[in-house]
Amino acid sequence: MDLLLTLPIIIMTAATPLLLAALGEAVAERSGVLNLGVEGMMVMGAVAGFGGAFLTGNPWVGILAAIVAGVLMSLLFGFLSLTLLTNQVATGLALTLLGLGLSALVGEAFVGQPGVRLPTVGGIDPLIPFSFILTTVVGYVLFRTKTGLIIRAVGNSHAAAHALGYRVIMVRYLCVMFGGACAGLAGGYLSLVYTPQWVENMTAGRGWIALALVVFASWLPLRILAGAYLFGTISILSFVMQAQGLGIPSQFLSSLPYLGTILALVVISGNKALTRRNTPASLGQPFVPDR
Amino acid sequence: MRLEKRAERSDAMALASPFLALVLTVITAAIIFLIHGDNPFHALYVYFIEPLTALWSVEQLLVKAAPLVLIGAGLAVAYRANVWNIGAEGQLTLGAILAGMIPVMFPGWQSPLTLIMMMLMGILGGMIWGAIPATLRNRFNANEILTSLMLVYVAQLLLDWLVRGPWRDPQGFNFPKSITFTDWQLLPYLTSGIHLGVVIALLAALALGFVMARTVKGFEITVAGLSPRAARFSGFSEKRTILFCMMLSGGLAGLAGAIEISSVVGQLQPQISPGYGFAAIIVAFLGRLNPVGVIFAGLLLALSYIGGEAVQTALQIPDKITRVIQGVLLFYVLACDTLILYRITSGKSA
Repeated sequence: MDLLLTLPIIIMTAATPLLLAALGEAVAERSGVLNLGVEGMMVMGAVAGFGGAFLTGNPWVGILAAIVAGVLMSLLFGFLSLTLLTNQVATGLALTLLGLGLSALVGEAFVGQPGVRLPTVGGIDPLIPFSFILTTVVGYVLFRTKTGLIIRAVGNSHAAAHALGYRVIMVRYLCVMFGGACAGLAGGYLSLVYTPQWVENMTAGRGWIALALVVFASWLPLRILAGAYLFGTISILSFVMQAQGLGIPSQFLSSLPYLGTILALVVISGNKALTRRNTPASLGQPFVPDR
Repeated sequence: MRLEKRAERSDAMALASPFLALVLTVITAAIIFLIHGDNPFHALYVYFIEPLTALWSVEQLLVKAAPLVLIGAGLAVAYRANVWNIGAEGQLTLGAILAGMIPVMFPGWQSPLTLIMMMLMGILGGMIWGAIPATLRNRFNANEILTSLMLVYVAQLLLDWLVRGPWRDPQGFNFPKSITFTDWQLLPYLTSGIHLGVVIALLAALALGFVMARTVKGFEITVAGLSPRAARFSGFSEKRTILFCMMLSGGLAGLAGAIEISSVVGQLQPQISPGYGFAAIIVAFLGRLNPVGVIFAGLLLALSYIGGEAVQTALQIPDKITRVIQGVLLFYVLACDTLILYRITSGKSA
């Protein structure tokens, strides 16, 4: 097929997993929880998604398995950081390390096996429109509904939200689980759509890029959408340029998404007013109800 | 079940927590072995005990612990100050690149100075790679967690390009490897299995332990972590602390990279570390963010690598189990640390 025709579709498939994972993390962070385990939840979603589809032959079972895996991982994070009040940064790192190891162990049997691809219409899989709908829904719920107001209140001042009678820990658990579901789905997308196979560490830092996306989109869903597509485009363009053989070493092009992430963080975080306005004030702080 | 804050932190629990975590990890490992269809007691013996019964595997243990202790000690100091360097793997890689530059560029230069120069270049490489996230944080407020991690991928791709391109051994049959290092490009061995890097790591951790416990700098770092406000009032610059911690932990990771390529690996190749930079995060926490505690934690994590290899050869259990056990261990350490500040009580609140 003509490259110009397929290029937009390839870019969409590269952007969708970033978008899904970042949307979920944005909701968790809006509730005040910094879950650095996105990469770990995502890679578990990828292996569970591949396994579910491979064992049943049905890619939708894979999608479901990916979501369940993401939620289970997020519950592990929630139990430690919300119930046992552990340091969120360290716990998130632990989740990533565990996810990368566990997925490699579980996925041993799947290496080299043929994958099951999610059906597409004209090259577009159902999760692409779903990701647009999800962006809209997350934006609407966060900023136009009472639920969203509660989530943001919990994230901005957990003490005040608690005083008003909202169950801070419960709200945070639900938001963390939503983040897990989205990260799991994003991982499943990688192993069922983007490259339908299982490869160890196949997330290749996308969970971290999604985390960075949330920051430089200042926790706003529409900006996350824009950022995800920007990064989808960068990563695909680097592939295309490699294929064209412009004489630029492939490793330099492969490093573009990572360098781009650093650059974007520098540009956006430097704008202190914007960052301060949108950063959830209680982000990363454990909540201990004082009765 | 609920948590109740203790009147004051429990020192007994702070000491017991890593051991409790270790016991829970061993139990979890036994369950994994059971699921895999092995006799859990035999598998545990092969994983955790057998490597300690032979001299050669104890030497292996020390050699693997060296980079973990070096990196972990630096990270422990950084995390104390709430500076979250998680890109040690990248700093290790850049250290290896700069150290490897010496034998690659000057293959004929053979003197004790060669080796010293390699180690210094390694430290320099890691410091540079650590200074970047620190500077971006200080000047542009960019989150050091994300930038330091992104630089891991960049460093690994840089190394990959070098050994496949300009630094590839012309007589290497097109393998992505540099020339093999010889004589003074390699660390001397103290016994048949232990190289000088083990001693360097031990001394570095002890020195850092002294700095943290007995000097103003150590006090400054501790205060910066415990109470940033108090640190500001005391005239300690937050930016300087960030830069210092990132360059210290980066430099030690870079030194670990230099040590690895001048001993175990013996050349530059795409992969020079089985994730030491990430495992060292676990080492730092398991060692109570104390450079001296890190020595013991590093030995334990080294055992997890060697045990993983042992169960793979003896029982055909995939060595991927190493990373699962390491991840589980960190979870248990963090969970058990809760008991330092809280106690578990049953029933309703008083």
